[in-house]
Amino acid sequence: MAELIVISTLNGILYGMLLFLLSSGLTVIFSMMGVLNFAHASFYMLGAFFGYQLTRWIGFWPAFVLAPLLVGAVGMAVERYGLRNTHKHGHVAELLLTFGLAFAIEEIVSMIWGRSPVDYRVPAVLDFPAFTVFSTNYPAYKIFMLVVSVVIFIALLVTLKKTRVGLIVQAALTHPSMVGHLGHNVGRVFMLVFGVGSALAGLAGVIAGPSLVTQSDMAALLGPILFVVIVFGGLGSLPGAFIASLLIGLIQTFAVALNGSLASLFGPLDPSLGASPLTDIWNVTIAQVAPILPYLLLVLVLIFRPMGLLGTRES
Amino acid sequence: MSNAATPASAVTKQEPGGAVSFYGVWLLAAIALVVLPLVFSSGGSLTSFSLIGIAIIFALSYNILLGQTGLLSFGHAVQYGLGGFLAVHVMNAVASHNWPIPLPVIPLVGGLGGMAFALLVGWVMTKRAGTVFAMISLGIGELVASSSLILRSVFGGESGITTDRTALMPLFGWTFGPQIQVYYLIAFWVMVSAIAMYALTRTPLGRICNAVRDNPERVEFIGYDPHVVRYLAYMFAGFFAGIAGGLTAINFEIANSAYLGATQSGLVLFSAFIGGTAYFFGPILGAILVTYLQLGLTSVTSVWQLYFGVIFIGIVMFAPGGIAGILMKHRPLIRAGTLRSVIPSYLVAAIPTLALALGIILTIETVARFSGGDVINLLGIPFVATAPTTWAAAAVLLVGGFLVARITWRRVAEAWDRAATVARDRGYLA
Amino acid sequence: MTAAIQLNAVEKRFGNVGIIRDLNLSVARGERHAIIGPNGAGKSTTFNLISGHIKPTSGEIRLNGEVTSGLRPFEINRRGLSRSFQVTNVFARMTVWENVRCAVLWATGHRYAFWKNVDNLPEVKQRTAQILDDIHLSHRRDVPAGLLTYAEQRELEIGITIAGGASVIMLDEPTAGMSHAETERAVALIRRLTEGRTLVIVEHDMSVVFGLADRISVLVYGHIIASGTPEEIRGNPKVKEAYLGEEID
Repeated sequence: MAELIVISTLNGILYGMLLFLLSSGLTVIFSMMGVLNFAHASFYMLGAFFGYQLTRWIGFWPAFVLAPLLVGAVGMAVERYGLRNTHKHGHVAELLLTFGLAFAIEEIVSMIWGRSPVDYRVPAVLDFPAFTVFSTNYPAYKIFMLVVSVVIFIALLVTLKKTRVGLIVQAALTHPSMVGHLGHNVGRVFMLVFGVGSALAGLAGVIAGPSLVTQSDMAALLGPILFVVIVFGGLGSLPGAFIASLLIGLIQTFAVALNGSLASLFGPLDPSLGASPLTDIWNVTIAQVAPILPYLLLVLVLIFRPMGLLGTRES
Repeated sequence: MSNAATPASAVTKQEPGGAVSFYGVWLLAAIALVVLPLVFSSGGSLTSFSLIGIAIIFALSYNILLGQTGLLSFGHAVQYGLGGFLAVHVMNAVASHNWPIPLPVIPLVGGLGGMAFALLVGWVMTKRAGTVFAMISLGIGELVASSSLILRSVFGGESGITTDRTALMPLFGWTFGPQIQVYYLIAFWVMVSAIAMYALTRTPLGRICNAVRDNPERVEFIGYDPHVVRYLAYMFAGFFAGIAGGLTAINFEIANSAYLGATQSGLVLFSAFIGGTAYFFGPILGAILVTYLQLGLTSVTSVWQLYFGVIFIGIVMFAPGGIAGILMKHRPLIRAGTLRSVIPSYLVAAIPTLALALGIILTIETVARFSGGDVINLLGIPFVATAPTTWAAAAVLLVGGFLVARITWRRVAEAWDRAATVARDRGYLA
Repeated sequence: MTAAIQLNAVEKRFGNVGIIRDLNLSVARGERHAIIGPNGAGKSTTFNLISGHIKPTSGEIRLNGEVTSGLRPFEINRRGLSRSFQVTNVFARMTVWENVRCAVLWATGHRYAFWKNVDNLPEVKQRTAQILDDIHLSHRRDVPAGLLTYAEQRELEIGITIAGGASVIMLDEPTAGMSHAETERAVALIRRLTEGRTLVIVEHDMSVVFGLADRISVLVYGHIIASGTPEEIRGNPKVKEAYLGEEID
């Protein structure tokens, strides 16, 4: 039990940090530009696939640097040639554009790399157990992922607190209407923010790819969870997104690790009751429920705290 | 947030005989629905017409949200799917108890199922519009789709739940075994639903939905609660989506969790938006086109979904009014008699645009078939995906087509402006 | 007789900033009441408070004697108060006719009806036509509101505001941005349309204020420093001081 708790906590924090790499960019983009970037998880997927392909061509470490930059460039192109032209048609059109992009990117990825998982492996230098908890070997690569995401987290924090762009971003988070007064370079700031957000998502993909499954449906699986994270944390709140990321990371990780069900807790139901939704619920394991937990959380938040954990705005 | 579709700028001058042409359109549609299977009587086309009919109801129901009320939903398939499941369960119950309920009533059951779900979750969901609603609809969609795999006794797990539509009591000798009878059942419901949904747009509620779409803040100051308006719209949309789901269940004699899923929700959004959300008939065009492409493209290319994505992105970026928007833009020009001055520029633009389209297709197919080394048959010309000549052709068409097309599009815009100015002078355009 | 609008010790703070402090205001029934004051005095905030657009931090607002502070805008509207907006706020994609008709529907009792043909409601039709006639936009009835000229949109704004037949009408800078001739036309329009109703108006154009208002309240830094007839206000030293030598006549 203690083993499970330690391992799941580590994994949960790791998953949470990865979620935050994505949700931070999504939150900043949403707050500044009013665009809910449906394709954000697609950039994460692109990161993983670029990472995989570049690793095969030039090795993991160059890929680790190049793939996020490439994804960032794709993101900037999307902003410059897509969103900026669509802006005049309103936020719904922008959202629809990113929705179409997400759809197209998934199709392009499966067109090029197929629909089954690709063999994106942990680099040899990191392919050893970092330490052993009880009887479980904890892989070094996961520690590496954790370190990378923490470093990025700190870098983000410093950027936000100390740089000019960071101050603009902060101001935009609290006063979205102010963004219009940024002056003539507002377009460049948007492009930069979108590019950096995409690059961060790409980075998350590059490092998560070898550890998780790199497959063409990974964006579709993660995207909705990201939306839950930012609604749950409170739209436009970075600390909220951070807490929500960790929380959802931990909850899902623990849920997956737990095999209990109501039946295992209270004993099986009388078989004479036959098959019904009750028996379904009675027999389902927590691990099987794991995928829907974020959405249950979303519903609960909507009912009890519509502005999210740390949100100030209702919409 | 503002709306995706462009405003209708045509001045709708009341014409004499408006009522005649109005009922005429509906009558023509009804006749077309009756005659179609007599003209194209093959099994394949019957199946296609049935699917298109269902898609029309589904897309129109979606437009109650997007086009009429300004609610962008990414989870509309939930109501559709739940309607389908309820229909299947009721059909099975009716059959096993020998209740005197004929099959044509079943879609109504589906509708009530979709509406019941909307009634249940709608109040919380429609609290806010815009992006937040979009996100929540996605979350609820995922919740229901994933839950359906857990509640196996209701949703039948991966395989779904089957039924037998012929097990219900026959109506006037119709058993609804043959596809043609199912087609007429669907056609009947298409007509009824389309009329009902059109009528809904002409009611006080329908108009207030439009007002909420345009300016929810102001609606609060003319006595209406926009939340209630959105909730009601959501229920109506759920009702008609449920009817479509019930018809699907009858058509395939099965309901499975794919009905509820994100793909289905995405397709209906594509249909409505590509067709055009600003006009009632837009989603009908979209449903016909998307279903037709879906059925037609699957046999031609393995990456047909990508083409949807490309078409959709193109529409969002260049014609957010959809096909209906493009068509209706010409109405004032036709009335003012200035359409003829635009047509030459269209014809000139058509050639490079077609080249560009071919370039895109050739590029996509080259990438898709590269590893297999298959042959691409484009306009009767065979292209080998691995051959550099194919790549060159694709590049020339793509780049050359784009560069030339851009010039001709500018010409179109200029010709258009001149024609519109004349139309405005003659009072056909505001 | 109870006042049409009564504000008792109303305060509104955004964070630590007090926008409105100890605001007391009474508008009698049938009165034309103007609220004036320098930019940033809180005139629009006051409007937003009375119409329910924002909620007061403390204090009490009454409409015809009934407490309305804390109610939602549509609840206040149903109790007989209607307001216009400083920034034109119409239903842009709908026609002029439909804009006004939407504003008539609740008051004529059709509410959320989905079983009636909206084109077949005689009293709605008649009232809409009457209002279009009143605001001189009958000839533009089928034009989408978003395509009207600025002055026409301002007139439509007034039309939407009065369409529901509210007993209390609040107009937020109805003549802002209008030319001299347009302003004169608008003032005549307002005078005619608010006959027999209570009118509260925020306005910068002093000729409009003094030409229209029975009483004037002067709002400075979220507080009413003077309230009285136009003559009283004109002679009030505190008002002169607040306007720092600006001409107010």
